This record gives sequence, structure tokens and C-alpha cells, in this order.
Amino acid sequence: MIPQTFDYTAPSTLDQALGLIAQGAKPLAGGMSLIPMMKLRLASPEHLVDIGRLPELRYIRDDAGVLRLGAGCTHYEVETSPLLRGKCPLLSETAARIGDVQVRNMGTIGGSVAHADPAADYPAALLALEAQIVLRGAKSQRTVAASGFFLDTFATALEPGEIVSEIIVPVEDAGAGTSYQKMAQPASGFALVGVAARLRRSGGTIVLARLGVTGLAPHAYRAASAEKALEGTPGTAADIQMAASRIAEGVEANADLHASADYRRHLAAVSAARAITAALARTA
Amino acid sequence: MKITVNINGKRYSNDVEPRLLLIHYLREVVGLTGPHIGCETSLCGACTIELNGKAVKSCTMFAVQADGANITTIEGLAANGKLHPVQEAFWNEHGLQCGFCTPGMIMASKQILDRNPNPTEEEIRHGLEGNLCRCTGYQHIVNAVKAAAKAVGA
Ligand SMILES: Cc1cc2nc3c(=O)[nH]c(=O)nc-3n(C[C@H](O)[C@H](O)[C@H](O)COP(=O)(O)OP(=O)(O)OC[C@H]3O[C@@H](n4cnc5c(N)ncnc54)[C@H](O)[C@@H]3O)c2cc1C
Ligand code: FES
Ligand code: FES
Repeated sequence: MIPQTFDYTAPSTLDQALGLIAQGAKPLAGGMSLIPMMKLRLASPEHLVDIGRLPELRYIRDDAGVLRLGAGCTHYEVETSPLLRGKCPLLSETAARIGDVQVRNMGTIGGSVAHADPAADYPAALLALEAQIVLRGAKSQRTVAASGFFLDTFATALEPGEIVSEIIVPVEDAGAGTSYQKMAQPASGFALVGVAARLRRSGGTIVLARLGVTGLAPHAYRAASAEKALEGTPGTAADIQMAASRIAEGVEANADLHASADYRRHLAAVSAARAITAALARTA
Repeated sequence: MKITVNINGKRYSNDVEPRLLLIHYLREVVGLTGPHIGCETSLCGACTIELNGKAVKSCTMFAVQADGANITTIEGLAANGKLHPVQEAFWNEHGLQCGFCTPGMIMASKQILDRNPNPTEEEIRHGLEGNLCRCTGYQHIVNAVKAAAKAVGA
């Protein structure tokens, strides 16, 4: 389990890092996905640029109605941030379900988003939150909606030379209810499926439903038809079942040795019902 | 590449290849064989050490990433011939059989208690999700963490 040789640079500023990445170097953040792949020689980058220790990518800020997270925030920091727990609890709840404590101590939100593992947890939450993802290159900066970022298995809207530099999530409405429900593959901890639900209720009616799904399809997606089924209803047990039964509509389900496509679809409906029920109970 | 690390209170400076994993650096260059290699695939936690106060799997990190860091391995826990309370509790509660997982288990348990001196059983089990034991069935390990929490609190 010895990786191929490579050069390693640990720049002290983001600009230096972006300069090296523009020349083809590969970012190393927490290493929790990249290093296992390098050990298996599924990845053999020639030059690693360590962005995992850049203070410039490590902040969680409240900024006029939105929360901005530097890409270098670890899962542990997201899990325990008082600001996020108070104002965007879905993200903290999701971070707490990633891997194990050693992985959460090292792994970063930027690394997870950029890696775009089809079974990663954050994408479900970021879709439900209608998050924005800031991409930076040596001479460029643009912002992409989460819904336009996850394109396929391990494929994103990132262009060569760009990194994920920031994640923007809304300050949650006081009356909103959210929940992330995951069926973990017991050996790896990754999601067989995971569903993030974000709901708002007004006068006994669900006025906003956002459902992000991971693990089921080649990339995380928003379950638009299930969302529509839920909006405008009071959210009775029957309404929830109806919405949950549509969670996999229009997607092709993954199958692997851990779970067949049918089983994954079944788990997705179960997780969706649980996530909706839990989120609804948290609405004011 | 030249790295300098502080391990168990002692400074080490070595020239290493960037691809050298931290676990191999600790075991083969520094000579600390307490952290074990169980799986090499980031799953078992036997290689767990503390890096700047955080439990990490040293098989999933390059030594160069630890340049400038403070590291504690299982060898660094006992002080003045006296076991750390978590070590003492593993001993008293039979938290080990073959002992292979133990260095990692103890480092992960220490992390649980450093962050939360009074964990519930569920919190203990959640905190040990990254560590596998093939002998004990975990119950005695959980008991050991509870006993250590009591001992530290007392
Ligand atoms: C045992 C184990 C269990 C795990 N369980 C889960 C789980 O349950 N759920 C889950 O979601 N994940 C899980 N993971 C993966 C973990 O969350 C990783 O931390 C994450 O996928 C990658 O983040 P990283 O910071 O470690 O990135 P790295 O491994 O350093 O990098 C991953 C990839 O992203 C690129 N990259 C890194 N940062 C950036 C950036 N800012 N911009 C652009 N590209 C970048 C790298 O070049 C590389 O290609 C697990 C990992 C392990 C080892
Ligand atoms: S040897 Fe590092 S996790 Fe198993
Ligand atoms: S005591 Fe043998 S593996 Fe845990």
C-alpha cells in the first residue's frame, strides 16, 4: 500500500496554491478520499499541493442572511460549530453522520464536495439547502448552485485549475424543520442512501419542501416530484408516504454488492419518510 | 523533504520521501511501534494517534503533512511511570484480549473523554465507530471508557 512517488508542496497562501494548481498540481485537503485512492494506485498525481492547512480556507461566518464556510473546514468543525448548529442545523447534523471521528477530524467539506462520491453525505444536505458553491482559480471566481454542481459519479462543474473555495448556505428560517436520515453501509459508514429534508409550514400546510437524495443515483439530486407531492398538504402520514414513494422517480438507481437497485429504492423511500417525519416535527 | 515534529514531547527532524505514510514514519523511522497497522485501508483505527489534539488514522496521512505538528502516540500517555487513566481503565475492565486494537482504541477513547468528560454509552459507541476489535465484542471496551470517565471525574 505504498503510493507512487510525487512532489509535495505546502504553500502558506491560497494564491500560491492556486498558482500551482493552475499548472496542474492536485489539491490535497484532508486526504480521506485521495490518500486511500493513492495507496491503491487508483490515483497517482505527480504533484500534491496541501491546501488542508491554509488558514484562509478555514472560517464559518454569518454574513447578512447567509452563512459562509471555507472549503477547508473539517467535518468535525461543521458538526460542532455553534453558529451552524444554531442557524443551519441540517449541515451540522449531516457532518456528524460522516464516517468516524478520525475521518471527521481530517476530512473537509470542500474535499467532499469536490470529490463528489455518489454516496457522500453533504451533497444531499447542500441540495436541500439550495446551497451555493464558490469556485476559485488563479484568475477567476464564480458561484454555482449545488443543483448545477454535481454532474455525475465523481464528476462536478469544477474546471481544471479551479478549487472549491467556499460553501454558502442560508440562515435557516426560524420556523423551518430539517433532518438528514441515512442508511449506512456498516463496514465503510458511507450512505447506501441518505435523504435530507427541509420543510416550512404555514397555517398547518407545508409551503416549502426540499429533498436532497444521495447514494441512490450516479450523483446526488433533488427529488422534485416528491417535493411537489408534499407541498400544499398538511403532511399527514398518508401525505408523507405518498411523497416518499416518489423519491426515486426519474432516476436510475445504483446497484453494487452492498445493495441492489430495488433495495436501494426501497431504502430511499424509507429514509425519505423518516426524514420528512423528523423535519416536520421540528417545524414551528 | 525535511520535516520536524514533536512526538511525545521530543523533537524529531528527518528527511523523508513525500509518499512516506505517517504510520511508517512513526514505526520505522522513529521506532515507535505502539501504533499498529491493522488494515492499511483507513477502516480499523489500530494506527490512531493524536495530532495537534485530534485523533487521526496515521495510515491515511503522509508524514510531510505532519510537519510542525505535535503528535502523541500510545507510548506518550503514561507519565512518570504511572498509566494514563484510560490505560488504567482498560486494564481494570479487561478492555482488551489480544491487544492488537488497543493502542488505537485507547487513543480514540482519550479523544472521546477530552471532548466530553461525561459521555453516555451511545456517545462512547459513536466515538469508537472508527476502531475495530476482533476479540472483545466491545462491551468491556465501553465499560473501560465509562470507568475512565468516572476516574477522571473523581
Ligand atoms: C473510513 C472512511 C469513511 C468515510 N465515510 C464517509 C461517509 O460516511 N460519508 C461521506 O460523505 N464521506 C465519507 N468518507 C470520505 C470523507 O468524507 C472525505 O473526507 C471526503 O470525501 C474528502 O474530503 P478530504 O478533505 O479528505 O479530501 P481529499 O481526500 O484531500 O481530496 C479528495 C479529492 O478532492 C480534491 N479536492 C480536495 N479539496 C478540494 C477543493 N477545495 N477544491 C477542489 N478539489 C479539492 C482532491 O484533489 C481529491 O481529488 C469516508 C472516508 C473514510 C476514509
Ligand atoms: S491501519 Fe490505519 S485504519 Fe487500519
Ligand atoms: S483485543 Fe484483539 S483486536 Fe481488540
